[in-house]
Amino acid sequence: MERRAVDWWVGLFVLLGIAALVVLATRVGNLSGFAFSNGYTLSANFSNVGSLKVRSPVKIGGVSVGEVTQIRVDPKTFMAKVTMRIDPQLKLPVDTGASIYTEGLLGEQFIALQPGGLPQDLKPGGTITMTQSAVNLDQLIGQMIFSKASSGK
Amino acid sequence: MAVFDFIPNLGNRVLATVPRLGTATRFLMLGLAAIFSRHFSFRQLLRQVYGLGVLSLALMIVAAFFTGMVLAFQGYYALVRFGATSALGTLVALSLLRELGPVLTALLFAGRAGSALTAEIGSMKATEQLSAMDMMAVNPLAWVVAPRLWAGIIVVPILCVIFDLVGVWGGYLIAVPLLGVDGGTFWAQMQSNVTFSGDIMNGLFKALCFGLVVTWIAAWQGYAAQPTAEGVGSATTRSVVTASLAVLGLDFILTALLFK
Repeated sequence: MERRAVDWWVGLFVLLGIAALVVLATRVGNLSGFAFSNGYTLSANFSNVGSLKVRSPVKIGGVSVGEVTQIRVDPKTFMAKVTMRIDPQLKLPVDTGASIYTEGLLGEQFIALQPGGLPQDLKPGGTITMTQSAVNLDQLIGQMIFSKASSGK
Repeated sequence: MAVFDFIPNLGNRVLATVPRLGTATRFLMLGLAAIFSRHFSFRQLLRQVYGLGVLSLALMIVAAFFTGMVLAFQGYYALVRFGATSALGTLVALSLLRELGPVLTALLFAGRAGSALTAEIGSMKATEQLSAMDMMAVNPLAWVVAPRLWAGIIVVPILCVIFDLVGVWGGYLIAVPLLGVDGGTFWAQMQSNVTFSGDIMNGLFKALCFGLVVTWIAAWQGYAAQPTAEGVGSATTRSVVTASLAVLGLDFILTALLFK
């Protein structure tokens, strides 16, 4: 094998490896999440966040517009306080609502925002007041069983 | 009396194995350190990266493609019973990145490149080329062994990344166009459940360890082979068998340590 050809192939091989790593990191792993790293933060209080996790998506109409950055319990109200980072190009009205939904029956949970209609916008660091907690499947099943039992009498 | 021979034989085997292991470890240390020797040639290293890596690429791509496709098929039939086919992307990606990618790359590498490496060094020894180097005051560890060891360490993680990527792509081709899983869900579920440091980098760390172990065993078996045609032949067999078992055993230990 000629020297130049070996150099050429080895260089190409290493480049191929680096390219594959970049594609893996952005397409398969979630390193692409830093797309929202320069967004502004909002927070919302929920009575139950279910299995919502840090990095869970925040969506409007099914389109990902941000991610959850922190989840902790408010020491005064004992509500779950969720902080999220939102795409800086989106200005949301102050009467925006936030709900926690599940993707499919067994999928991951995400926050869905329903933009309101008021002319004032939420400021960075603001709080969303209208929230709807995660649906608790066990509770729903329990309710259904009890209502069936009482109506059967 | 075969029964009474058993215990002294066992003791003999252990006593013979321990110093051999010590010599092999010394061989590895000297081989790796020989990168600083003045007889170490960067050109030889490139040549080995070409021989061990570039020439193994086609085999890896074909193997990865079929592995990914089979994973998608089997995963689909297991998940469709629970209506959880949206988790297929996660299943394919995590299986490949954490286990199948590094392990299969290392096993194929042991068969394709490790065996050739043992045979090459073994023949060099049988034809007294290694002794000739010693006579010319050229350190064979620096000229022959070091480039191969370092090439193995460099090459296996690169092959593993390519294996992972091609495997995921093969899984996608089966899952989305053929089995009708939603493409958006396939990627989104994968992205939200695969972490860069936890899954991708840990998999590559495994590949790095496997690369070191496979080339070490292959080079050592060649270096310690009986300098006859028969000796080189049996060293090549031993190289592939030992390297494969070492990869599988080491994989268990690394998995227990890395993924908690």
